[in-house]
Amino acid sequence: MGGGDLAQALLILGMAGVTFLTRYILLALLGRWQLPEGLARWLAYVPIAAFTVIVVRGTFAPDGQVSLDPRSPYLWGALAAGLVAWRSKNVLLTIAAGLAGLWLARMVGG
Amino acid sequence: MSTQVDAQSGTSRDFWSGVRAALPLWLGITPYGLAFGLLGPTVGLSGPATLAMSLLVFAGSSQFIALGLVGAGASYPLIVLTTLVINLRHLLYAASLGPYLGKLPERWKPALSFLLTDEAYAVTIDRFRQPGMAPGPLFYLGVGLAVYVDWNVSTAVGLVLGGLVPGPAALGLDFALPATFIGLLVPQLRSRASWVTLAVAAAATLVLSGLPGRLDVLAAIILAASAGWGVETWLRRS
Repeated sequence: MGGGDLAQALLILGMAGVTFLTRYILLALLGRWQLPEGLARWLAYVPIAAFTVIVVRGTFAPDGQVSLDPRSPYLWGALAAGLVAWRSKNVLLTIAAGLAGLWLARMVGG
Repeated sequence: MSTQVDAQSGTSRDFWSGVRAALPLWLGITPYGLAFGLLGPTVGLSGPATLAMSLLVFAGSSQFIALGLVGAGASYPLIVLTTLVINLRHLLYAASLGPYLGKLPERWKPALSFLLTDEAYAVTIDRFRQPGMAPGPLFYLGVGLAVYVDWNVSTAVGLVLGGLVPGPAALGLDFALPATFIGLLVPQLRSRASWVTLAVAAAATLVLSGLPGRLDVLAAIILAASAGWGVETWLRRS
């Protein structure tokens, strides 16, 4: 996993290149091209979509295989994190709650 | 002569006032940088590659998603494409900051662009929009550099700390990444369209998980963002 050093270097250069493009292109074309309003509204939903995918994969497929088992400790960790995130809006507390929920469920589950 | 000196000291004041405005952001950014440095090696990235990603890509959420994808065995071209889609939101920020930075010389723009992040944008646009009190464009440079230094120092510290913890998965630290995203996600759920986005993203992730090469991640993101956009458009009309 992770590939060789050369593959990892190419991955990082590729990510850096496309990311820089998203930051630079409108500043470079300032005034000559405007972001269409529909595209701007679509883009506003991308972070929610991307974060959800990572949460759902980490919760229901921590080892790559999807499983909807209600006894999964990861599910309880996610519920604890979600509850604390909702109440506190604090990311550090949310991480702590998620890990605590996971450990508790592991201890109870045996 | 004296006006030139004034202009220069005003410029340097803008820069340092930007750095100061970014200091409270360190509280929020440092834990992510630490987490990123800790998690990089757990999915198989080398230490230098983990740090290089923070130095060169410098975009937290896409870096975390890339870790998730590397861990899930996605192909590297697909990770680059997913990074592009996630970071397209920078277009929104650049469009809104552009008019305030447009006065600067052309040769500054690549460096200024490179420092564009969610956090730097939020702080800067807030100040630029204050009538009468708005700082000069170098305020943004100060904010951006302060965020950059913090992100990379905390990534490096996280890498060192991670080297001291044996077997992160046994401790459940592989769940720190999803838990981080729960913390980022929940405050964004403020409208019906955002809940629909979440529901479609969750369902699509589970249903499409059989797609080859982790194409499911990109497909789910595009489907869910389109659903959110569609619901918002529909609610506006009715």
